[in-house]
Amino acid sequence: MHIVDRRLNPKAKSLGNRQRFLRRAKAEIKEAVRDSLKRRKVSDVDGGENIRIRTKSLREPTFGLSGDKGKRDGVLPGNKEYAPGDVIRKPEKGGGSRGQKGSDQGGGEDDFIFNLTRDEFLDIFFEDLALPNLVKAKLKSLKSPEAVRAGFTTDGPPAKLNQVRTLRNSLARRIALRRPPLREIEQLQADLAEAEAADPRDEEAIEALIGRIRHLEYLRKVVGYIDPIDLRYNRTEYRPKPKTQAVMFCLMDVSASMTEDLKDLAKRFYMLLHLFLSRHYNEVDIVFIRHTTQAQEVDEETFFRATETGGTIISSALDEMLRVVNDRYPAEDWNIYAAQASDGHNFDDDMRRCMAMLTEQILPLCQYYAYIEVYSDEHMSPFESVVWGGYETLAPTNPNFAMRKVAGPDEIYPVFRELFSTSEGERS
Amino acid sequence: MTSAARKKSKLLYDGPEWDFDLIQTTYDAIYEIGVNQMGLEIYPNQIEVIRSEQMLDAYASIGMPNMYRHWSFGKHFAREEVLYRKGARALAYELVINSDPCINYIMEENSMTMQTLVMAHAAIGHNHFFKNNYLFKQWTDATSILDYLTFAKEYVAECEEHYGVEAVEAVLDSAHALMNQGISRHPSPRRTDAQNREKARLRHEYEEQTYNEIWRTIPRSQLPRVSHQDQIPAEMAKEAANLSLPQENLLYFLEKHAPKLDEWKRELLRIVRMLAQYFYPQRQTKVMNEGCATFVHYEILNTMYDQGLINEGAMLEFMHSHSSVVFQPGFDHRGFSGINPYALGFAMMRDIQRMCLDPTEEDREWFPGFAGNGEPIETLKEAWANFRDDSFIMQYLSPKLMRDFHLFHIHDNSESAFVEVKSIHDERGFREVRRRLADQYDTSSRDPDIQVVSADLSGGRRLTLHHRVRNGILLEKEQCDRTLLHVAHLWGYRVKLMEMDADTGELLKEHEALPMP
Repeated sequence: MHIVDRRLNPKAKSLGNRQRFLRRAKAEIKEAVRDSLKRRKVSDVDGGENIRIRTKSLREPTFGLSGDKGKRDGVLPGNKEYAPGDVIRKPEKGGGSRGQKGSDQGGGEDDFIFNLTRDEFLDIFFEDLALPNLVKAKLKSLKSPEAVRAGFTTDGPPAKLNQVRTLRNSLARRIALRRPPLREIEQLQADLAEAEAADPRDEEAIEALIGRIRHLEYLRKVVGYIDPIDLRYNRTEYRPKPKTQAVMFCLMDVSASMTEDLKDLAKRFYMLLHLFLSRHYNEVDIVFIRHTTQAQEVDEETFFRATETGGTIISSALDEMLRVVNDRYPAEDWNIYAAQASDGHNFDDDMRRCMAMLTEQILPLCQYYAYIEVYSDEHMSPFESVVWGGYETLAPTNPNFAMRKVAGPDEIYPVFRELFSTSEGERS
Repeated sequence: MTSAARKKSKLLYDGPEWDFDLIQTTYDAIYEIGVNQMGLEIYPNQIEVIRSEQMLDAYASIGMPNMYRHWSFGKHFAREEVLYRKGARALAYELVINSDPCINYIMEENSMTMQTLVMAHAAIGHNHFFKNNYLFKQWTDATSILDYLTFAKEYVAECEEHYGVEAVEAVLDSAHALMNQGISRHPSPRRTDAQNREKARLRHEYEEQTYNEIWRTIPRSQLPRVSHQDQIPAEMAKEAANLSLPQENLLYFLEKHAPKLDEWKRELLRIVRMLAQYFYPQRQTKVMNEGCATFVHYEILNTMYDQGLINEGAMLEFMHSHSSVVFQPGFDHRGFSGINPYALGFAMMRDIQRMCLDPTEEDREWFPGFAGNGEPIETLKEAWANFRDDSFIMQYLSPKLMRDFHLFHIHDNSESAFVEVKSIHDERGFREVRRRLADQYDTSSRDPDIQVVSADLSGGRRLTLHHRVRNGILLEKEQCDRTLLHVAHLWGYRVKLMEMDADTGELLKEHEALPMP
């Protein structure tokens, strides 16, 4: 008999099958991911997901006998009271112990829950957004740690020897153990020469001097200049990137003209922005500000769900944002990003105030301000929207301002291209 | 307990921990009991220790190691994994492959007692059954299956590289859909080439011997002419003979005769057909196979306990797991899902043992052949070697067991609002209940009977299938239509399926499918 230990065999032997399965179920999975994005928080994109899909395209049909027609015989265990000739009324709707098999194969297989890993989830999320491969790889990679100095150790490679520390230890030890300096011996030798020259017969003095010199030389030998216990090496530790923080402001018009679909589009945009930011910064705070004619800071749930009625005054949101910045996110400590989504409506006379606020107060504070105008194909405005027309003048003069019209998720990414290509350039 | 004390008391182990040496010594003890004392015959064993993920993986690829790649295995894996993680389903403790050497997978999470149980169950019990049962001998080739799987895997991978994953997948999907129709249940004896040549030679010899010059002088025009009307059925008959119709093995038929299939697609069909055939005996011997393995592990562990090789703790753990395996809930129980093959199989084996050793009057009357012969293991070995589920039940199910299980036979007609109890476990009903139960295990009555009847190769190439409908049970419509699409995909032309009543020949329903362009 052989015993083979297979536990260490390469893992994920079934990966090939899984990939084939995911490819097969792509349409359903995409649908499910889309649904789950609605439930997820903006900051939650980065994780696996339990996916429930309907398995229409995943059925494996075979010729099987139907459960509802015909005559059947069966033998069952556990008879308690029946005698031959007894009749039992069938339960309504053909359920019961008979015929269950048929429905198992038909209905039971419909819903199918399984877990998508983080990578698989992000892949599908990105695919909708039409991200270039390089960017995908970047966003999917987890934070790479950075080497940081972390004190000293007594052990290490020669290249990491810290001379200053080592010599400091050496000095302290030499003083403590009274290692005679070379100077002292030289002095004695000079004295010796002098004594010999003055009076060669004064053997006692000469002997004393020689003895002293020998003793000192002995001491120098025993107490080394550098001892292994003096050695100090620089220690490095791998830590995540240094603490930097960013805050991301999500501004959105929630007046009735923003439909659920448009909000969803905006949400994708926020999610992607958050993902980008969380790759660059250790901590990313999110502030949600919604506005109609008035603005208020809200939690995420309200932000995406609730609809208000009323007109639109964008400057109210800008006011609110400034207030929050002043209260909680001083610009010296925080990298401020703002993302505004709207369908392009605003009161005409508010535009002037908006422009002034943006150029004078907000844009100087922000690393980046992105405006996306969402619209659905059906009611695409034939004329330029109020906001678009106004903002268009900002773009040429402000490098940290970007704007884009977006009708579908695949049009979101270009908004980021500009932002992250430049900041990547600076970084490298 | 110290090792010295353990040596003195003959105990093999103590506590749940196991290591490889311990498995080896325990296996030796099990082997001693199973093979040398009970006289079972087994293939050499190979025991492989695996992790739970690997077990899931083995599950997903229909229990075979080294299976080719296909999305459906990924699907099953994902499903099993979720169930397992939720705790809705426990994994099997073992998995055994009918091969030579016989491969047994055991899980690393098992306690030592479970490993012992599993080895006795699979490495001895199943192994003996695989090696000796006539179905396995006839249908499977244990020595070559692993090599064949390796070949299949490489072949599929090569095809994927050459023709693209999608193309290969499409063929495999279709082939999988027909897997149950990929078995020649009633193979006619085939002549080998040599036999064919021999026959041709004999015919020639005969012709030479009986040659008569006079036949040559008869003018050709006077030979009886075949009229045109007769020609068509004759041609059809010829075609039928050429294609060996009717043919129940759809995969075989398509592999050999589908007009438009590429060579590599035919090979893929062949691979799936070979697998279907390999699994065919297992489907027919669930009760016997599990019964045999369960009976063997029960005997072996009890013997080990009697010999002082395992202690009371191990025995309790074993009894707990054994009794949950052979639990049979009644039909009205919440957990009822059909008759448990472990329960029925084990009970029947034990019952045969009892009848051999200590028969009642009733047993002697019902089973004069072996009741009281005092040789339970020999009797069982004969049963294991020569029967399959339906014939085994028909032959060996005793009235006592029917009483113990409270078996009763019901009849369900879809047109009636009532289910009728036909017979129960009493003097009048025993034979009927037993016959019905045996029927229930007869694969040929469970699987739809579908055959290729004509291919019309000289005409429109429409493939016609017949489903012989028994007891008015038609095919499930949606599934049937989808499967028929797969047939059309492989055949390449229109396919028609007619459901005819088996007794009256009346046409009940028709399905048709066209291949997608």
